[in-house]
Amino acid sequence: MSLVFAGVCSHAPGITGRAHLAEPTLRDSFHAEFRAMGDALAASRPDALVVIAAEHFANFFMNNMPAYAMGMADRYEGPIEDPAWLGIARTQIPGNAALSLRLVRSVMQDVDVAYAEEWKFDHGIMVPLSFLTPRFDLPVVPVNINCQGPPLTPLHRAWAFGAALRRACDEVGERVALVGTGGISHWPATPDSGKVNEAWDRTFLGHWASNDREAMLSYSDEATYREAGQGGFEIRTFIAAASAARGPGRVHFYAPIPIFSVGCTVATMQVA
Amino acid sequence: MSLYSSQKFLYQLNRDPQLQARFRESRAAAIDDYDLTSEEREAFLAGDVGKLYVLGVNGQLLMHFAPLLGMPWAEYLEAMREGVRRHGPVRAGIYAMTTSTDEKVAGV
Repeated sequence: MSLVFAGVCSHAPGITGRAHLAEPTLRDSFHAEFRAMGDALAASRPDALVVIAAEHFANFFMNNMPAYAMGMADRYEGPIEDPAWLGIARTQIPGNAALSLRLVRSVMQDVDVAYAEEWKFDHGIMVPLSFLTPRFDLPVVPVNINCQGPPLTPLHRAWAFGAALRRACDEVGERVALVGTGGISHWPATPDSGKVNEAWDRTFLGHWASNDREAMLSYSDEATYREAGQGGFEIRTFIAAASAARGPGRVHFYAPIPIFSVGCTVATMQVA
Repeated sequence: MSLYSSQKFLYQLNRDPQLQARFRESRAAAIDDYDLTSEEREAFLAGDVGKLYVLGVNGQLLMHFAPLLGMPWAEYLEAMREGVRRHGPVRAGIYAMTTSTDEKVAGV
């Protein structure tokens, strides 16, 4: 049918794994907005959910690193991490290999995407799903953009990838929802964990919400690393989601929550 | 190979419950197939998160080594700070420390 829903959200493992250490009022507001995004997603009556995530060496490593990869299986499992550490029990998540195949074929017309018939979900997908589809019952098409092992794909290619995904979604018969997960500024898994550049985040989110392609593509990785940390490289997933949705966006929640190691974000975008 | 091999070991360790069991049984046997420097080998044998951090191991690989060693989040962060205190700044990769060793950004 077409793309029926689009948004972006944070995926940091602390959001679930260290929830008990966070300031309760702020945490609960964030979690409530995250769940409300799940309600909006459900209201769009999707047949499948494309999750554009930036994974963290769960499936892909520097021995054979794809810039872009899409899952093509009927079943996935996650989390790959210690379930107690992440605060999410290990489970199976339905996929839709036939739908994936059609999406991959279409995306390949423009972007040389890798495909994977096995895929273990890490926190990049599991944390968002635990709020958006907490029963893990909506078929997922996992998508990865390499934001971890440089050299990284240029931002304009992330935009092109999002555009290809959009065309692919519009070509299939199913109602498809799409969520990008990651960033924005953060220094995860380092002693700096908890550091957030709020001004940088708000500027980027402004560009994202107005779907300002030129502004979003003007960031250099050197400046992003300096000002937004290695976690900032994950803006690629937000850029791809904006390119796919084409509409203006709305930020429903943004606040740095240091123990979650990120400026926690929930945002949706009109599909235009 | 060194840093690449260290990271490959952690990549496979994080994915593979059998390798995790092997590591628990014998750390030396688990790392035997990997082309590591003596410095890296000693760090794995000792479970020295701080040293591995300084050697440049990507944090997204290293942070899962901590729960495997039974190390809670606060201890993991402190182990990296201690690594920098003892061995100096991070030598490679994109996970260098930008705060000071006595700073606790998130209170832990």
